[in-house]
Amino acid sequence: MHPLTTFLADAWINFDVGSLRDQFWSNTFDGLTYGAIYALVAMGYTLVYGVLNLINFAHSEVFIVGAYAVFFVLSGLGFGPSAPALSIGALVADLLLAMVAAMLVSAAVAVILERVAYRPLRRKGVPRLVFLITAIGASFTIQYLIFIWRGPSAEPAVIMFRPEAVFTVFGADIDDQQLTIVAAALVLMLVADVFVNRTRLGRGVRAVAQDPDTATLMGVNKERVIMLTFLMGGLLAGAASLFYVMKVPSGVQYSGGFILGIKAFAAAVLGGIGNIRGALLGGLLLGVVSNYGQTLLGASQWSDVVAFVVLVVVLMFRPTGILGESLGKARV
Amino acid sequence: MALLELSDVSVHYGRIQALCGITLTVEQGEVVTLIGANGAGKTTTMRAISGIRPLSGGRIRFQGDDITRLRADLRVVRGISQAPEGRGVFPGMTVQENLEMGAYARRDKKSVPEDFDRVFALFPRLAERRSQVGGTLSGGEQQMLAIGRALMARPRLLLLDEPSMGLAPQFIQQIFRIVTEINEQGTTVLLVEQNARQALTRAHRAYVLETGRIVKSGTGAELLADTSIKEAYLGVA
Ligand SMILES: Nc1ncnc2c1ncn2[C@@H]1O[C@H](COP(=O)(O)OP(=O)(O)OP(=O)(O)O)[C@@H](O)[C@H]1O
Ligand SMILES: [Mg+2]
Repeated sequence: MHPLTTFLADAWINFDVGSLRDQFWSNTFDGLTYGAIYALVAMGYTLVYGVLNLINFAHSEVFIVGAYAVFFVLSGLGFGPSAPALSIGALVADLLLAMVAAMLVSAAVAVILERVAYRPLRRKGVPRLVFLITAIGASFTIQYLIFIWRGPSAEPAVIMFRPEAVFTVFGADIDDQQLTIVAAALVLMLVADVFVNRTRLGRGVRAVAQDPDTATLMGVNKERVIMLTFLMGGLLAGAASLFYVMKVPSGVQYSGGFILGIKAFAAAVLGGIGNIRGALLGGLLLGVVSNYGQTLLGASQWSDVVAFVVLVVVLMFRPTGILGESLGKARV
Repeated sequence: MALLELSDVSVHYGRIQALCGITLTVEQGEVVTLIGANGAGKTTTMRAISGIRPLSGGRIRFQGDDITRLRADLRVVRGISQAPEGRGVFPGMTVQENLEMGAYARRDKKSVPEDFDRVFALFPRLAERRSQVGGTLSGGEQQMLAIGRALMARPRLLLLDEPSMGLAPQFIQQIFRIVTEINEQGTTVLLVEQNARQALTRAHRAYVLETGRIVKSGTGAELLADTSIKEAYLGVA
């Protein structure tokens, strides 16, 4: 065989089907956990896209700022590189405090971003590309502000608790960390979904997404709806940042939002951007597929490549994502 | 005091001037119609009144208050409601939800069920299709929904932009009957129509718009009898 082919077969495309078979269920459960985090972050992209047709590329920084809030709150409470000895009640209280802080910080950053970066442009009625460039600029700006403040390296790890297996399904353990993350993310997404689909204000959001001028004719304050979507996206990203630090304790770094943000954006597109349930589905799917890819190809670097190949293939067959585009239109 | 008063209103789209200083009034209780050829500026006038297109000159008063710079959503709260041209039904919302959107800005939530009944009495078809999604309604049904939705705001002034557009003749008759009925129930109506004969017959007064200027005004009957109007808008040689 040609040496290059051998090289490719051995080092690159070495499909490890055996590993995937062995680790299928543990990959699935862990993938769902990551997927739940992607899904929460994807909501922010989807909500803003739904009403503004704008990809808010700075949303990854809205997320990472939340992770810093988690880091500071937990460090302040005495969390560090080893799991603290706390009663369940005290632990839950501390984590809730960190989550609320992260949600508030992320939401504040998202709303300020909208005010400072996007609203002035909207007033001027600039073309869409200008928004995109502004979003990318805002993303870099926040990253480098953090860099100047905290330096290039990641913050010391904060361990919240050591995951312990709760039960075994198909021979794979499901631990309390996975359960916490998936359950909490599902509850938060459900609340967001009920808010958008069942409340008056949520109906206003859907109206602006479907037809902004007519929504205004109904007495909907469009500016307020826009602010609300940034606020919601920020709250969910803040919550996601707690789970992210739970899963990746040393992931609090100025650039730490970038990859996760891209994957969450991909998840939103995969599910159908502008579609809330699509964000959930896309997130979970992307999380699981990334994990399979990683195991199958034997290196973690492959996980993102596989995820994007799947994304492109799905979009070839369903250009508007699995559940289709736009807030509310999915109900047709 | 007129309910609505436009004085010397101008509107631009970029460099293009769509309205060149129009002045018109609508009195409490009237049906006033605005007729004119395609591109004359009728829709622009409606958008200016609702506040989704800013003025480049002139003033708008509603119930004596200057609303020229008032935000569009707050004009709905004041009592101006519009069924826009091309209907603007929310495609992903059900008939029920679309109607609820009409009542979005209402403060008196308690009387909303009453208005549902009233709209369903005017348009029984909508009651049958309550849980159907707006985007799948027929054109005529969407038109009914847009009018019903505008009524759900319980407006003082109802703006209707070509409510008969694209409808079959018997539907058009029905729409005009309903306009009269709504008016008799106490709502003031400003009606834009291509269907000039019907509109002039139903309206108390009318304005004729030509390339952004008001060229004629009078009672419906006067304009119906006007030779130049007959030639230009009523298809009588
Ligand atoms: N968004 C826009 N951008 C640029 N020009 C516009 C825009 N909307 C309307 N115009 C122009 O303004 C003028 C008035 O348009 P308007 O829609 O008010 O006419 P109209 O009387 O409602 O016509 P129609 O009977 O066809 O509905 C037209 O010349 C039109 O081309
Ligand atoms: Mg028009």
